[in-house]
Amino acid sequence: MSGKICRRRVLRGTLRGMAVSVGLPFLDCLLNDNGTALAATGRRLPVRFGTWFWGLGYTPSRWVPQKVGPDYDLLPELKYIEPYKRQINILSGFDVKLDGKPNTAHYAGTMGFRTGTAADEPDRSQLPTFDVIIADAIGTDTRFKSLEAAATGNNTDSYSRRTVNDVNPGEGSPVQFYTRVFGPDFRDPNAADFKPDPDVMLRLSVLSAIKDQRQSLASEVGSADRARLDQYFTSLRQVEQQLQLQLQKPPPAEACKVGARPNEAPIGYEVGNVIANHKLFAELMAMTLACNQTKVFNVVYSDSRSQLHKPGSTTIHHQYTHEEPNDKDLGYQIQSAWFVERSMEAWTTFVGALAALREGDGTLLDQTFVVAHSDTSFAKTHLVQALPVMTAGSAGGKIKTGLHIAGNGDPVTRIGLTAQQVMGLSVERWGGGSMDTNQPIGELLT
Amino acid sequence: MTPKSIPFRGIVVLLILSAAAVGAFRFFASSDEPAAAGGPATMRRLSEAQYRRSVADTFGSDIKIAGRFEPEARRDGLLAVGSSQVGLSATGFEQFYNLARDISAQVVDERHRQSLPCKPQATDAPDDSCSLAVLRKFALPLFRRPPTDARLAELVAIAHKAAEEHRDYYAGLKTALVGLLASPDFLFRVDIVKATRERADGLSIDDYSKAARLSYFLWDAEPDAELLAAAARGDLDDDSKLAVQVDRLIASPRLEDGVRAFFTDFLGFDEFDHLEKDGAIYPAFNPKVAQDAEEQTLKTIADLLIARRGDYRDLFTTHDTFMTRRLGMIYGVPVESRTGWDRFRFPDDDPRGGLLAQVSFTALHSHPGRSSPTLRGKAIRELLLCQPVPAPPNNVNFAVVQDTSNPNFKTARERLTAHRTEPTCAGCHRIVDPPGLALENFDGAGQYRVNENGAAIDPGGDLDSQHFSDAAGLGRALHDDPVASACLVNSVYRYAVGRTIAPGERDWMKWLAKAFAEDGYRLPDLMRRIALSRAFYAVSAPPQGTRSVTGLPGAGSEEVRK
Repeated sequence: MSGKICRRRVLRGTLRGMAVSVGLPFLDCLLNDNGTALAATGRRLPVRFGTWFWGLGYTPSRWVPQKVGPDYDLLPELKYIEPYKRQINILSGFDVKLDGKPNTAHYAGTMGFRTGTAADEPDRSQLPTFDVIIADAIGTDTRFKSLEAAATGNNTDSYSRRTVNDVNPGEGSPVQFYTRVFGPDFRDPNAADFKPDPDVMLRLSVLSAIKDQRQSLASEVGSADRARLDQYFTSLRQVEQQLQLQLQKPPPAEACKVGARPNEAPIGYEVGNVIANHKLFAELMAMTLACNQTKVFNVVYSDSRSQLHKPGSTTIHHQYTHEEPNDKDLGYQIQSAWFVERSMEAWTTFVGALAALREGDGTLLDQTFVVAHSDTSFAKTHLVQALPVMTAGSAGGKIKTGLHIAGNGDPVTRIGLTAQQVMGLSVERWGGGSMDTNQPIGELLT
Repeated sequence: MTPKSIPFRGIVVLLILSAAAVGAFRFFASSDEPAAAGGPATMRRLSEAQYRRSVADTFGSDIKIAGRFEPEARRDGLLAVGSSQVGLSATGFEQFYNLARDISAQVVDERHRQSLPCKPQATDAPDDSCSLAVLRKFALPLFRRPPTDARLAELVAIAHKAAEEHRDYYAGLKTALVGLLASPDFLFRVDIVKATRERADGLSIDDYSKAARLSYFLWDAEPDAELLAAAARGDLDDDSKLAVQVDRLIASPRLEDGVRAFFTDFLGFDEFDHLEKDGAIYPAFNPKVAQDAEEQTLKTIADLLIARRGDYRDLFTTHDTFMTRRLGMIYGVPVESRTGWDRFRFPDDDPRGGLLAQVSFTALHSHPGRSSPTLRGKAIRELLLCQPVPAPPNNVNFAVVQDTSNPNFKTARERLTAHRTEPTCAGCHRIVDPPGLALENFDGAGQYRVNENGAAIDPGGDLDSQHFSDAAGLGRALHDDPVASACLVNSVYRYAVGRTIAPGERDWMKWLAKAFAEDGYRLPDLMRRIALSRAFYAVSAPPQGTRSVTGLPGAGSEEVRK
């Protein structure tokens, strides 16, 4: 975005030397490129990107549709998505290629998919996940470059990272998430009055003074630590961005109607708590997007080796996948399948939360592109071939939906590449080793 | 030693002080210490505990810190090693920034402004000299070195402008204080490298870096005023003056903070943050019990290793501990005090002995609804013996381990034995299962039991070549295992320097393990030896790509600047 004039650049020029409020023109860099989606205000709507994660995959015979193409069939584990089937794509049969790297249980699949390259053990990867690449490109003019939530309540349950040592922690409490986004620093885009806080310029000067330390500190440390310092200053930029945005009246957002703060509720891996907290996160994240607080999000429903458990059970989801015998009559693991079905129900809840908000002549879901995936296909054997992936939303008209695409063993990186291109990044190829690809999934592109 | 025979506190203190004084002669700058090349300089992100302690030490313990912190990362078995590898995410910085604003507001509020080093001439106008005094005073401990004049001038100018804007001196000061608390100089501990006094080609960290390394190692806190003054005088470059500081830090009650911080890391107690037990299966276990279980172990450690200057190995066998009424419910023992802690001693023939039989170990390394010999065995191997256990192979049939209703395999031992017949599993389980199965008399919440599914539990086994018949026997086997004490030495040193052992440090590590044995396996003596060693401060090579090293021009390979 370096060559474009964006709001921050306008602000910088305008504010040099004085604290003023300015009515800024609504700029294209906030919008989808084709500008098709128009809000009731006549403004074009932004396109958002996100990921949604569930742990421990599926039961092969109960999830993958038989029919390829439109109007795919829904097997028992997928039947929950029925209400939004026309907005959801099923991407089956795309593989994480390990290239001889170890299949580190519940990790290799997740990170192979998200970084596009199989990781070593221990993982020393400096590669970002593709949501971070997208956030770097499109998340520079919202309050938050990206927002992460973990319905398990554990902030380490996050698969969004810049490097193996820079993980974006997941917010585990819906109440804290609400406070962070809609607390005192939130500016209602639809408020009639707007009064910039004169303190903001002073606060910016403090951050600027901190930035002045960069060179002298960098000169004292080695190259690895210098990269870590750079990360610190990149992170500082987000707060600067938040402050700069406080100086201007935000453009109205028709779907932005912030509700009351959620009540404190139990948090943890007990499946009932996860489902309840996930529902709150789904609604909060949808409202966060509708209020233009971020354009990129990552939601974790369950962790990659799902520790979810039912009350009174001696066994957690992860143990069931490895230890539960197939039912003699039904031919599959009943308990494991129960957890998969709850995951698919939760995914439907999430998609539904985006679809429930009207924006322009469609919904927030139409303006969003969500990629959902898991760490394994068949969890019992840690299989990373045929990783289950779904997408929801049409990215402002750039993506066809309601399709089942069979990958036939193609690398999963085709999906990450597609997401980056759909979000407007000029990237031609992506992925490492045999997952290197220059082939987006053409069938999905309009 | 029974609790009754513990000498009273004064004698303990005297003993510590005299032992330290004797120690000063005994191994001050030990002549037989092998040369160690050191490792790379480090840049360590403050932990949550260190951050909290810094704020309390600098501004007062009544400053409230209501915020969350970026998760830490465990590398090479320790969060301390992870601290020199992790960055700071945008979320993490935002949290630190919000904390900085909140803390700054408290520092200048009506109650706290009285303790600032000066009063402004007028409260509704800037006062640069007072701002300078305040910022200088706080920057020194927060940055762990004196700030530059230019840096201070910049913040004073911000305080000036903000005071004018708000017509409030303290509003101005508050704005500028954020510049200290959100700064990388505070949030990261950066080693500055310099040439050593002895050899022009030798490298070590500079005096202020030494002060920080010492105080975080021994107190898990920023250097106090006296240590910073010693650094300013160059005392830490002088062996005898360094020993004075080290002995002062070791004799302080704050050594307990440092020892607790080490064991919290070493024993993986950060996992308590996400420990869950099923309420229906273990009704007596709740988050308060978990909190007490962690504290019980830390109290046991501090009592044995510091107050009683005991042998580290006795942690695996000691029957002396502390108890709350809540914990008493899990242990099945009566506790007199309604609230608070009682000293407690398990009878000599009680199966409860040592850390492994404490709830902090058995419950932490279990599933929410059942025990796990595998998780416990893995923890013994990895945490206490520094022996990494390989990950299980991918395609394994675990069915028999789980099927608790199988009439042929009633106990975990029977199920695991059946599972172990799979050749791909045998290798790891032979390593992990025997110590884990020794703890099967303790269920997933750490409660004692003799049967599982109606069959008697057999807790016997072997730890490598030592046979034992129950948990207490496993504790004795670990007590006698030189690998366990070598693991502690290795871990304490990695914790102290925040990195893995460098190739040039192997002889030094061997020497240190030997010295630990000669010192009667006393942890404070081990910490003292490390703090007085050359190795602790040595740097193997100038940080790659740095401009130059203080006192050693041109040592770096390039002029830095991105």
